[in-house]
Parts: sequence; C-alpha cells; structure tokens
Amino acid sequence: MEHKLSFKDYNEALKQNKLLGLKCKQCGAVTVPPKIACSKCSSTELDIVELSGKGKIQTFTTVFVAPEGREGECPYVIVLVELDEGPWMMGNLTGIEANKVTMEIMGKKVKMGHAVFPGDKYSAGDEAKPLFSLVT
Amino acid sequence: MRKVAAVGVGMTKFSGKQDKTAIELFAEAAIDAINESNLKPKDIQALFMGNALGDFAEGQAQPQAFAADYIGAFNIPANKYENACASSSAAFRDAFMWVASGFYDIVLVGGAETAAKMGTPLATRTFAMASDSRYEYPCGITFPGVFALIAHLYAKKYGIPLEKLKQQMAQVTVNSHYYGARNPKAQFQKEITMDDVLNSFMVCQPLQLYDCCPFSDGGSAIVLASEEKAKKLTNKPVYVAGVGQASAGNLLSQKEYLPRIRSRELAAKQSYDMSGLSPKDIDVIELHDCFSIATIVALDSLGFFEFGKSGEAVEKGETKLGGKIPVNPSGGLKAKGHPIGATGTAQVYEIVRQLRGECGERQVEGAKIGMTDTLGGDGGTLCNVILKRGW
Repeated sequence: MEHKLSFKDYNEALKQNKLLGLKCKQCGAVTVPPKIACSKCSSTELDIVELSGKGKIQTFTTVFVAPEGREGECPYVIVLVELDEGPWMMGNLTGIEANKVTMEIMGKKVKMGHAVFPGDKYSAGDEAKPLFSLVT
Repeated sequence: MRKVAAVGVGMTKFSGKQDKTAIELFAEAAIDAINESNLKPKDIQALFMGNALGDFAEGQAQPQAFAADYIGAFNIPANKYENACASSSAAFRDAFMWVASGFYDIVLVGGAETAAKMGTPLATRTFAMASDSRYEYPCGITFPGVFALIAHLYAKKYGIPLEKLKQQMAQVTVNSHYYGARNPKAQFQKEITMDDVLNSFMVCQPLQLYDCCPFSDGGSAIVLASEEKAKKLTNKPVYVAGVGQASAGNLLSQKEYLPRIRSRELAAKQSYDMSGLSPKDIDVIELHDCFSIATIVALDSLGFFEFGKSGEAVEKGETKLGGKIPVNPSGGLKAKGHPIGATGTAQVYEIVRQLRGECGERQVEGAKIGMTDTLGGDGGTLCNVILKRGW
C-alpha cells in the first residue's frame, strides 16, 4: 500500500519548519516520525496532521566524541523531547552552552525549529532534524 | 522439540587492532570448538555466523560462506546474522532451533568482528548505524550517546542523585576490570580504581571513557548437537534450557518504557518460561555491559533486583563472586572486550566453561545454571539464553 506520509514528504515539510505527523482514525494516537502503521494500535487508517513542535525535554546528553565526519560539531547537545501531542522526538538543543548543560534542563519547555544534516557517504540523502530551543 | 547441548566451545583472545581478518578469527575459534567436540569440520551440517560490520571494516560481505569453506566444512548452508551487538546471540537462537526441530544434528554457531581495526571515528560512525538513520543519526547520535540519554533518565526516574549513580556505575567498571585481570582472553587484563573511572575524559555526558566498552577484534564459536549426539561426544554436555528474543523500534518509539528496555523484559520472560526457571535459579550471568549504566538497567529488567535498586546492589558486592548473582566473571564487554559479532557466543563460551568449572580464579563455585543477555542497538534486538549442566 502507499504511504499516507512518506519520509520524503515529512522531510520536505520539516525543511519548511512544519512538523507533520499521523493521527490514527481508529484510536486517535499521534505517530511521528511517520510510520506506515499507527505506533499504538497498528491501524493503517491514518490522517496527516500538523503538530505544534512544542514539548518538554525528557533527557539529554552532550556529545564530546563524534562519529567520522562530524568532529567539528562537538560538543553538541542531543535531547529527547516529549511533544505536547504525546510522541517523543530526538533533536539537538541550541541557544545554550553545550558543555554547561546539567540535569536541571530536564522538564524544561522547548519549541522546535529545524536544521538539515546534509548526509555523508553512507546516508541516503539529506535529512532535516528538529532543532529545539528553550522557551523563556 | 529435542534437547540441544553445547558440546564444544572456542574463543580467540579479544584485543585491540590486530592483523587477522574476521574470517581468520572466526576460524580459530571454530576449529577449537570442533576439536573440543571430538568432531571434524565435515561433521558440521550448517553454519550460523554473527558479523555486523565486516563490510566497513574489511570490505567483506558474506563472510559466512567463506568461513565455512575456510574451516573445511565445504558447501554447507551458511547464514550471517546482523543484529548489531546481539548478532551471534540471534545466530545462536536460530542454530538452537534448527537442531531442536530435528532438521540438523550438529551445527556450528559463532561470530567475529574486527571493529578495533576501523579506528574510533569510523567505528563510532558504523556503530551508530544501529540507531535510526533518518530520525536519530541526523542529530549526531552515537552509541555512548544512547546510553547517556538513558543514564539521565534513570537517575531522574528513580530519584538517584547523578553523583551517586556515577559512583555505582564506576563500581560496575571496577568489577569488570577485576575479573578481566583474571581472564587470559580479556582485552584489558588490568585492575583499575574508582578514581581512574571518575577522572577519565568525558565521552557523552555523563559517560566517561571507562564507562564505555572498547572497540575490539575477536572471534568465538560453539558446536551445538542434539541430545542423542551430545551424549556420544562428551560427558559434560551443557544444555540450552531456554532462549528468548524480542525486537523494538528506535529509541523514540520506546518512550513508554524507558529507561526500561522493553525488548529485554519480553526476551527474558520467554527464556525463563521456556526453562521453567526464574532469576533466583541463575548461578551466574554474562550480561550486556556495553556501558556501565547498561549493567544497572539490565539487572533491573532481568529480575535480579527491584527496579532502581541494582546500582545499590552493585555497591554492596551482590554482583561479585559470592554475591547474590555473580555478573560478568569474564570481565564482560568492558574488560573482556566487545567485538560485536562475536560477543553473544563469547558470553555463551564463558557460561559453558563456568558450568564445567574451568574458570580458575574467576570460577563461580558450583555453578549449575547460567544465563546470557545480549542487546543490539538501542534495544532493537535483545536475546537471552539459559544454559544448564547436563551431568
């Protein structure tokens, strides 16, 4: 069957700062990033919805040892954010001093922007990613 | 289903960068396992091999076919398993099932990896391929990064001050090195102190260098046989009492369970149910300590201690020889090393030798039942095996 929301369409939207997800017609759960079936009940009856991009930091790490080709990005902060609509997203955190972040940041409100990882020789192309910043 | 036994085991010394290919390392372990089984390579009916990153480390795909030929098990069916760090555990479970089903009587299962050969930047990149390439890797996630995220979640969920949790994690590492120093096949055979751990450089906050397992080269192999064959081949068959395997999506999709690893709880339950055993019956475990926090998370989920209490148990010595559940007497992934495709069957190797009473200074006295626990990716694959003395 055809995807309701393919990676390509999700990625293009995220590059426009629009976070698209899927709302299940059967159980109402929101799935993002997109999958072919509902992340809760496996139904394939899904509608595209635009999400707020707002949420709270659940956990974080600051990376000091990077993979090949990304050494210049260090140190950088990775966060797992619970969106107001429920799902978790992985993103980077900007607007902070990366090497000074502590656990106090967990639970703080954030809003989403985006950045684009251009890909490397192993990737299937460029990929937009959430870039969160603290709501002050 | 028929009963299945491990009748011979082999393992190379685990190490940093060395000169042999994964096929050569696998072959050394395989021939040792075959010799110990009083068999010849031509007696092996099928090969199951774990190897995760040979394409990147050596430009070698399909090593399993060449490995079969290389050891003289000509033209037998040979399959490779790529389940990240759990590759050879997934191979072990399938190998077990082919014998249990009656299709084969004698098979060889093992794995090999030359991860150290890649060097840290490429190894870090390729290990991260076991995370989600579209929704996690663009953020620069690494393997230590995954467990660093879990460590902070763990501290918060169970209300453990981070400094306290880091002490517990450091004790996990100190224990691993204590046993590694007593395992001639370990990559690191040197004891270290809490200060060594807590003063090492930061990799991914809060994980420091000594919270992390090394990149390693090595091979391991096990010969599995039906009960009928096993009784003729050895007077010390080690039976596979239970196996379990489960999968999970990327880290985001595990939100309802983290820092618990849902796939582990499902796989462990399968292995306990199949064997009719429970955590209190296990005399020794080799578990997936890719990072110090991973040991604490695993001990919770496997049912040895209450959720959130495993770190305290480590501090009290309950995971050392003579404690409630001796953990990783081989030195674990941290000190023995973690050549990922070889890791699962190397855990089985240690448990088989523990049950046979062959482990010298690190022997768990009178061990009759042992367990392995292997995690691939960020919980994408989880395998458990319970092994039992057959005499």
